[in-house]
Amino acid sequence: MFLKKVAIAGAFAGLMGTAAYAADCGPAGKSVRILGSDFPAIQAVSGTAEANCAANAAEFSVTLRDNTRDIMNQALTPNPAEYTSVIVANSTLTQLMNDGLVRPLNDLVEKYGANLNPNQLITIDGNVMAVAFMANSQHLYARSDILAEAGVEGIPSTVDEIVAAAEAIRAAGIMEHPLVMNMNVGWNVGEVFNLFYFAHGGELFKAGSAEPNVNNEIGVAALNSIKSLVEYAHPDHLSQASNETQGLWEAGQAALGIMWGSRGGAILDDEGATEEVTSNTVLAAAPTAGGGSIPAATLWWDGVTIAANIPDEDAEATFAAVVSALNADMVAEHNDDAIWLIEGFQPGPAAAGVAATAAGGAKPYPMIPYVNLMHNALGSELVDFYKGDESAEDALADVEAAYTTAAKEAGFLN
Amino acid sequence: MKHRTFFWFILPTLSAMVLFIALPIVSVFIQSLFIQHEQVIVVSESCGPFGCTPTTSVDTEATERLREEKPLGRFNGLATYGNRSHLAFAEVGEAWRSSDSLGGFVDAVMDLPFYKALIFTLSYTFVVTPLVIVLGLAIAVGVNKLPSLIKGPSIFVSLLPFLVTPLVGSLILFWMVDGDGIIGASLQLLFNDPSLSVKASTPLMWIMLMVYGVWHTLPFSFITFYAGLQTVPKDILEAAQIDGASKWQSMMLVVVPHLMPLVSFVTLMLLMDNFRVFEPIVSFNAQAHATSLSWFIYNDLREAGNPLYASAGATSMLTILGVVILLTPVLIRTWRDFNRKAH
Repeated sequence: MFLKKVAIAGAFAGLMGTAAYAADCGPAGKSVRILGSDFPAIQAVSGTAEANCAANAAEFSVTLRDNTRDIMNQALTPNPAEYTSVIVANSTLTQLMNDGLVRPLNDLVEKYGANLNPNQLITIDGNVMAVAFMANSQHLYARSDILAEAGVEGIPSTVDEIVAAAEAIRAAGIMEHPLVMNMNVGWNVGEVFNLFYFAHGGELFKAGSAEPNVNNEIGVAALNSIKSLVEYAHPDHLSQASNETQGLWEAGQAALGIMWGSRGGAILDDEGATEEVTSNTVLAAAPTAGGGSIPAATLWWDGVTIAANIPDEDAEATFAAVVSALNADMVAEHNDDAIWLIEGFQPGPAAAGVAATAAGGAKPYPMIPYVNLMHNALGSELVDFYKGDESAEDALADVEAAYTTAAKEAGFLN
Repeated sequence: MKHRTFFWFILPTLSAMVLFIALPIVSVFIQSLFIQHEQVIVVSESCGPFGCTPTTSVDTEATERLREEKPLGRFNGLATYGNRSHLAFAEVGEAWRSSDSLGGFVDAVMDLPFYKALIFTLSYTFVVTPLVIVLGLAIAVGVNKLPSLIKGPSIFVSLLPFLVTPLVGSLILFWMVDGDGIIGASLQLLFNDPSLSVKASTPLMWIMLMVYGVWHTLPFSFITFYAGLQTVPKDILEAAQIDGASKWQSMMLVVVPHLMPLVSFVTLMLLMDNFRVFEPIVSFNAQAHATSLSWFIYNDLREAGNPLYASAGATSMLTILGVVILLTPVLIRTWRDFNRKAH
């Protein structure tokens, strides 16, 4: 739904005419230093910002790398901070906010944010803390040709239908393990639990507190949904993350997949996979579970933050430079690099899965200060359950115990 | 040497050791005694592209004030050492009371992260260390007997595993045991089981980690023993031969006793290295099946988002304690040998 709004707004902006648009880069002669993760959408945003405003700034540097979240708190702690802007996602914004390292952007948005959609603004308690520019979520990938061959009609939309389809494919002797999921130990294991826990209607914490809330019937139901799927997953699933699952998909070794929407573009392009795979890959909404209506997915955004520990004029120049890139011209040039939240985006086939998942009412990944601790506990303690060494109840009790230990040390619980 | 001369001679080394070894350990220890301040949490609402949701956030100003008053955090004493992520006294006690058999108790304790990691770390250390010593000695003796023309190249080849960066070496092996890799696919063919996966089985994963450990550290013991073999006195060997000793006997009764000080040295180094096993676990993505104490430190500092310094510090101290306990028998032995020779 939000994509439709964005598309309409984009068409409107197009009519207004942006040809004579000249970037407003804010105060001249300041320092702009951007840190972000290294993938095409962020390359597009930072690259456009640099092209627009590098001439206006005394210093303009863009640092894109892997595992940005491991260094960003240290990089923003000194005064002046190492970077003036960090490009973050839901979970990493809380990591910066916990240490008070990013500044509220209300004034800057007022001054430079004429092009921004209201839904791009990430507000916490009335303060704009980040400006989002792209969305992402997990969803279902399906191979229509293999499903047809196995006699499955349509694209499965619930966990039970996926299990039935996978069983049909196995029974037809086409593939022994038709399903791929990002189940790599650690972060991915925790994230898969989140997907199905939210789909079953669970909340990770007791309302308004840091008390854990996963060891309950909903948690057990979520784990059982996952277990029923994992039965059909590649035997190595506990060491597979996005790169591995994408590889299996492109090699034609999977017929059903729960993978990130951001991989859609790479899977559907003409590199890495045969025509047979790309032309029959369908991107659909994430499945619902347990008779509910919420898709098993978490919605993510990526967006821009401005460091707290820098001079106000550097902050202004940085914000102006980055926001100058968040417009229809940049999107027109890089339309298929991401599912943009910016005006002018034309959702293509690669965006269909995320759009359907968001429209189905999937939950956003929670922006809660202690969610990383819970996610880490889920990632390490649920593995025993997936390996079959432990019951769902015991594994969830371990999760709560591990989380409580960490949360006490971090000062969230007493 | 006069005490005074000795003091000035040792001073640079000693001060470097204090500065770079002792002080960091003290600092880590102090850090392990403190936990973070109570975070001041405020209930709020967060809005974004997907609508608004109620949430909580940290009141950074209030938390900052607490932090300024006591920059180290809240004093927690040794409680971090006893919590569930470490020695887990309460959980072990509970397991003892609630389990009706010894097996049940062991199962319950092995479910605790620290003990699970300790079991793997110790198994790894006690399998890899002796294998590396015995195989290293065997290769050294073998290479020593080679004709000089091919001796140089074989030494070079034997050293190769040591030259490969651990992370890279283990990644190569990791890809080889993949279901599509040369070892993984061969195993599947050999056992006629297309779903056989080294990465999915705990025992196979342990074996692979240990094989990697042996492969990677073998050159260290090999080259040390090879150097030692050059110092074996020829006349004693000849005397043994004249007395009718077989090759095996002169090996066990002359060469090995001569190399004993080196064996102690290699054992010390290997025990320390193996107890800190870390890189293979990360590159093999083996956390589901095997974790080590070092991996916990990494996990506390990197994976938890905002790092848990107290927990990482406590694990570091426990690792040091573990190394000390492991090394004590070897050190006592060396001390006795030293005293015997001195008198």
